[in-house]
Amino acid sequence: MAAQMHADPTATFILDAGETYASVTNNVSAITLHRRFGRLWLAGFTLALLFALLLTFGIGWLFAVGVGIWGLNIPVAWGFAIANYVWWIAIGMGGTFISAALYLTRRDWRNSLNRYAETMTVFAVSVSGIFPILHLGRPWFFYWLFPYPDVMNVWPQWRSSLEWDFFAIVAYLLVSILYWYVGMIPDLATLRDRAPTLARARFYGFLALGWRGEARHWRRFETLSLLLAGLAVPLVFSVHSMVALDFSEGLVPGWHSTIFPPFFVAGALFSGFAMVLALGIPMRNAFHLQPYITERHLVNMAKMLLAVGLVVDYSYLSEIFTTFYSMDPYEVALTKNRLFGSYAWVFWGTILFNVVLIQLLWVPRIQANPRALLAISLGVLFGMWLERFMLIVTSLYRDFVPSSWGMFYPTFWDIAFLAGSVGLFFVMYLSFVRLLPVVSMFELRKLVRKRPEEPA
Amino acid sequence: MSDPRLFGVLAEFASAEQLLVAVARARTETNHAVLEAYSPLPIEGLVEALGARGRDRIPFWMLLGGIVGGAGTFALEWYSAVWNYPINVGGRPTGSWPAFLPPAIEMSVLGAAIFGVIAMLISNGLPRWHHPLFAVKSFDRVTNDRFYLLVRAADPDFNAHRAREFLQTLTPLAIEEVPV
Repeated sequence: MAAQMHADPTATFILDAGETYASVTNNVSAITLHRRFGRLWLAGFTLALLFALLLTFGIGWLFAVGVGIWGLNIPVAWGFAIANYVWWIAIGMGGTFISAALYLTRRDWRNSLNRYAETMTVFAVSVSGIFPILHLGRPWFFYWLFPYPDVMNVWPQWRSSLEWDFFAIVAYLLVSILYWYVGMIPDLATLRDRAPTLARARFYGFLALGWRGEARHWRRFETLSLLLAGLAVPLVFSVHSMVALDFSEGLVPGWHSTIFPPFFVAGALFSGFAMVLALGIPMRNAFHLQPYITERHLVNMAKMLLAVGLVVDYSYLSEIFTTFYSMDPYEVALTKNRLFGSYAWVFWGTILFNVVLIQLLWVPRIQANPRALLAISLGVLFGMWLERFMLIVTSLYRDFVPSSWGMFYPTFWDIAFLAGSVGLFFVMYLSFVRLLPVVSMFELRKLVRKRPEEPA
Repeated sequence: MSDPRLFGVLAEFASAEQLLVAVARARTETNHAVLEAYSPLPIEGLVEALGARGRDRIPFWMLLGGIVGGAGTFALEWYSAVWNYPINVGGRPTGSWPAFLPPAIEMSVLGAAIFGVIAMLISNGLPRWHHPLFAVKSFDRVTNDRFYLLVRAADPDFNAHRAREFLQTLTPLAIEEVPV
């Protein structure tokens, strides 16, 4: 009878019939507790650490010298830093969306993905937050963004989208951390109860806050998870809309456009899904997670990537169409510059990766091929970075008056900050896979229980 | 007759369905008022089966947190831009409320999330790093693959012997006495 109550046609395919509560616990917790991390991990971590050190050194140099170490100048006063910021925060959106929206719509297969997707979100948003602060010019005054009764009696400008953005980033980072940590408490308790040494039991026990799986505790936990997921989905949309308003509140042709908020949200989900695939495929291989991150997950993710990619492509098209339809001379000039000007290669590169490349995802064989998906998702990540660069630089380098036209050339430090931010992200991510449960065990147990026959 | 040295009697089960049956029988066949059930995953209907009174207050606290965050931010914006330091820009209104909404919306989400997490922890009595159940060696499978029913000794009608006898009829995998 219980079997019929819980029989769900979509759930039966996710986990192998041989999986039990204990096998899920053993397999997932062994990655954290017993796995010996080999040379590959060490090599990856060292490389990431070197790049993160480069970033640290770069930040020190920036504090000493100023933002002039980047290729910024007038007219292109926004360059790599803002592109990096938008790129990273957008990647974070994909993780929240997969975790929260698929939870609300009861897509059970998301239970294998949500932990690392949420982790990706927390780290990507943390990395993104560095850039607007460094870009301030006088980064040590960043706290002026915060409304506090200072002796100068000056308040933040509430009507500025840059101020809105500050609130959006702070709210998003903190809510993501809460959502991620609370969702991990039962799994931390599992690690506490299985830790091989007292020191590790204490470490996980401290983080688990004394969780013991009482029925009333679970119910409050589930209520909170549901409500946090319900808050997280509109938060994703609002935060990335704020990011878009940073641009569309300005009067620059190419930025001053009402399509930007939905266009940016689509782009955010696009690059976020790509990052979920790009992190998941190697992890699945390295930790033998194929029983949990199955081919079906890859196919579903590929379809989602394609679907949201087509929305992005539609935005490209509609942006160009409305430009010529409006016949605004400045918008038309901008679009011509974008398509055929000095940075035309950036535009056509974006088209190549974000429009042409993803059409491969229509092919069922490619949807199920991990290597191909990894290559495509890395291409999408690169393409989305190019898109942000295009959006920022091509809108600025030729504005209304020809006397103020000029080119942007990245310096060594521009490249170093981008590479360093990737390094910092992977330092955090590679630490995560060693220290914390990479797959949500208690949510996989739900899938075990939902199968038609419950294991004894 | 309660036993001051005893926290309760614990029975271990292998599946969620057995636990649900055990809880239902304990409720109908005994008069133990204080029952607790432990499981490695949330089980729908278990709290209702335990006969817990009242609903959880987390939605209320989250609503309150959202109102505090949103209205508080809006009030701060209004205070600073309209009263404390109004700036006249070509006669435009200082109380430009539509522009005040984005930070208020973000802060209402943040307020709701923070209040919700704190409400969940406080109403669950967490963090509590030590608990009598952690002294039971086999209880560490509660975060893995075992389900437990605890008859608490706090009950005035509690009798360790009778509780044990009743739990035996449920054919559990094991029965343990939990010291305080």
